[in-house]
Amino acid sequence: MMVRSVLAAAGAIALLQAPVAKPVSAADTFVFTAIPDQDETQLRKRFGKVAKYLSSTLGLKVKYVPVKSYAAAVTAFRNNQVQLAWFGGLSGVRARELVKGSRAIAQGKKDPFFETFFIAHKSTGLKFSKSFPKKIAGMTFTFGSKGSTSGRLMPEYHIRAAFGKVPRKVFKKVGFSGNHSRTIALVQSGAYQAGAVNYKVWNREVKSGKVDTSKVTLIWKTPPYPDYQWTIRGDVNKKFGKGFDKKVTNALLTMNDPDLLKSFPRKGFIAAQNSDYAPIKNTAKKLGLID
Amino acid sequence: MIVRPEPSPLGRTTTTFVGIAFICFVFADVAITTVDPWQEFKLLLVGIVTPDFYATDSVAQSIGYTLAFAFLGVALSNVLGLVLALLFFSRIVRTFCAVIRAVHELFWALIFLQLFGLSPLTGVLAIAIPYAGIIAKVYAEILEEADPAPLKTVPGGTSLLSTFIFVRLPDAWSHFRSYSMYRLECGIRSSAVLGFIGLPTLGFHLETAFKEGQYSEVSALLILFYVVIATMRTWMRRQLIPVYLIGAAAILPWGISFSFENIVRFLTEDIVPHPLRTGAGMDAFGDWLHLMVFEQALPGTIATVQLTMIALVATGFLTMVLFPLISPLLFGKASRLSGHIFLVVARSTPEYILAFILLQLWGPSMLPAIIALTIHNGAIIGHLVGRYTETMKLRQDASKGINRYAYEVLPRVYRPMLALLFYRWEIIMRETAILGILGIATLGFYVDSAFADLRFDRAMLLIAITAMLNICVDAISRSVRSRLRLQTSLKQQ
Repeated sequence: MMVRSVLAAAGAIALLQAPVAKPVSAADTFVFTAIPDQDETQLRKRFGKVAKYLSSTLGLKVKYVPVKSYAAAVTAFRNNQVQLAWFGGLSGVRARELVKGSRAIAQGKKDPFFETFFIAHKSTGLKFSKSFPKKIAGMTFTFGSKGSTSGRLMPEYHIRAAFGKVPRKVFKKVGFSGNHSRTIALVQSGAYQAGAVNYKVWNREVKSGKVDTSKVTLIWKTPPYPDYQWTIRGDVNKKFGKGFDKKVTNALLTMNDPDLLKSFPRKGFIAAQNSDYAPIKNTAKKLGLID
Repeated sequence: MIVRPEPSPLGRTTTTFVGIAFICFVFADVAITTVDPWQEFKLLLVGIVTPDFYATDSVAQSIGYTLAFAFLGVALSNVLGLVLALLFFSRIVRTFCAVIRAVHELFWALIFLQLFGLSPLTGVLAIAIPYAGIIAKVYAEILEEADPAPLKTVPGGTSLLSTFIFVRLPDAWSHFRSYSMYRLECGIRSSAVLGFIGLPTLGFHLETAFKEGQYSEVSALLILFYVVIATMRTWMRRQLIPVYLIGAAAILPWGISFSFENIVRFLTEDIVPHPLRTGAGMDAFGDWLHLMVFEQALPGTIATVQLTMIALVATGFLTMVLFPLISPLLFGKASRLSGHIFLVVARSTPEYILAFILLQLWGPSMLPAIIALTIHNGAIIGHLVGRYTETMKLRQDASKGINRYAYEVLPRVYRPMLALLFYRWEIIMRETAILGILGIATLGFYVDSAFADLRFDRAMLLIAITAMLNICVDAISRSVRSRLRLQTSLKQQ
């Protein structure tokens, strides 16, 4: 029986090695991912539609792979397990730094002027103000994901600018909720007194009635900065044929199905290029988030 | 004047550890920070009694994957572990095994995610590698403790291989088999938890459901998980092992390719400290090290040790409360049954999931982690100690009730209980480090941040420090156990 289980295990090992022997077995499927910036159910719905749209426009199989973290999205892109990704500003910068030849190709119409909202629990007594809410010092505060542009990078930048200290020294407690939906939920429940959230997620959840505005309130808006974009690998043409990157770009730029756009929510997409995100890169360097 | 007797070494050790834990607790960040913690708890309770088995897409598939990773990982670790166990006389092999088992499977998974992405290889190896280190040690101990008598009957000239297969192995085999079963149970738990970082197992959906507050879905997923574990002994038959293994290998999505270029780059560039990689010079490297040690490794280590000590002692106290629940010396059959059910649920729930739940309810502090570690480990040791009391014989006229517990049972189980506690000390520490991923400031927090920033040089340094810390604790625990002559043969569940 020993021999038998050893044999079985050996068989398992042989099977383990199978994918190494024949690389890129799913060559004809174009795979993309997205940073998990909000509730997964939401994302699956949205990107399931996108996959269908791209599939019919490009005439090949297109698949969306959900991931659990921003870093996992970047890694999948780097490992060529996805060829296209919906990144945030910071994750896009990181991804393009790691994959030579990859390019930002499209962004939402308002994505060059993205904003972060600072929100607070009603019990703090904070109200909306035009200037940075210095009274949040000493409270508990939650960012979104550690790798988020609107949930981490930009709010941290403004906090440091306002107080001249790192967030850990400004607040009583600093957390990372994981995504924007969680940030809203955690501030609403009072788990944290204040937090920083992507303005689009906030607006959509307020509109859909998911936010109880008697418990959590908007207290400050950051100045605008460039954020989300579609980034494609530089070597897609080798795999999917000449001009494939242009076809994908076109498909994204001409996306006009109102239902699809509403799920993003974006009014439409415009062209983007790597240099659009230089301010994000510089800020990340300043904060020591990239070397 | 009353002359107080010298405290026993056992008493002194206990006092020391309780004292250390008390000091750690005084400085610990323990609080319930949610404004209304019971609001969410009520929703959770409602969810638990109204499980929704249809809420999750492809539940069967994720159970299949959970089992597949566990089967292949544990099978591979058995093969590797057995080979390593045979080489355990070598110091290099012993050190190697100590290092690979000192790194938690979630950390291995985070590393392999960089190498193989979401390929099944990530999940299988994340389980197989640390388990191989654990199995090597346990198998080596089993072989060492085997009865030497049959060896004396072997005629001269018998080859080493024949001697091993026909003389040493048969004796050890049943131990190997029961330990493998236990490992498989651990493997299923680990496999489920790997879903929290993105592998397609039960944890994947569990994390989503939790984060979105879909507690009926959470409840259904947890029930399925308990059922799988509780029924393991009925479907896990020796003859079926090859079927399971081939089935496991067949259902996993191996089609996901990965690039060798990236693996090479990860190993030769990414994990080299940034200043060295870019040739910024030794000064820059000095600054880098300074930052890593004083801003991350040191605070992370302090928090990890602090939490570990509190959890260890709290586990001891909880064990003393829990083991009577299943002890025939103290309770009747009916009440023991509910005790068993409670202990099964508490010990089958990975501490990672427990901590995750409590963090959602109470907000971030060390409290959720302390409670999670204490419940999970207290239930495991409580189960073992409770079982141990089944073999104990009391005098006919032994006292009853609380007196029986305090003067008859507890003194007799105290030594084995301490042995188990010290044995689990290192396991608690490994788990403590991992809970950092959930946001508690242990070493895992900094490791997770490094991975989030795609700074693998930092991640590897911190993981290495975590491993060293585990090896140190293991060494201290071994010396305490041998000084107090605590038997650890009970340790296998």
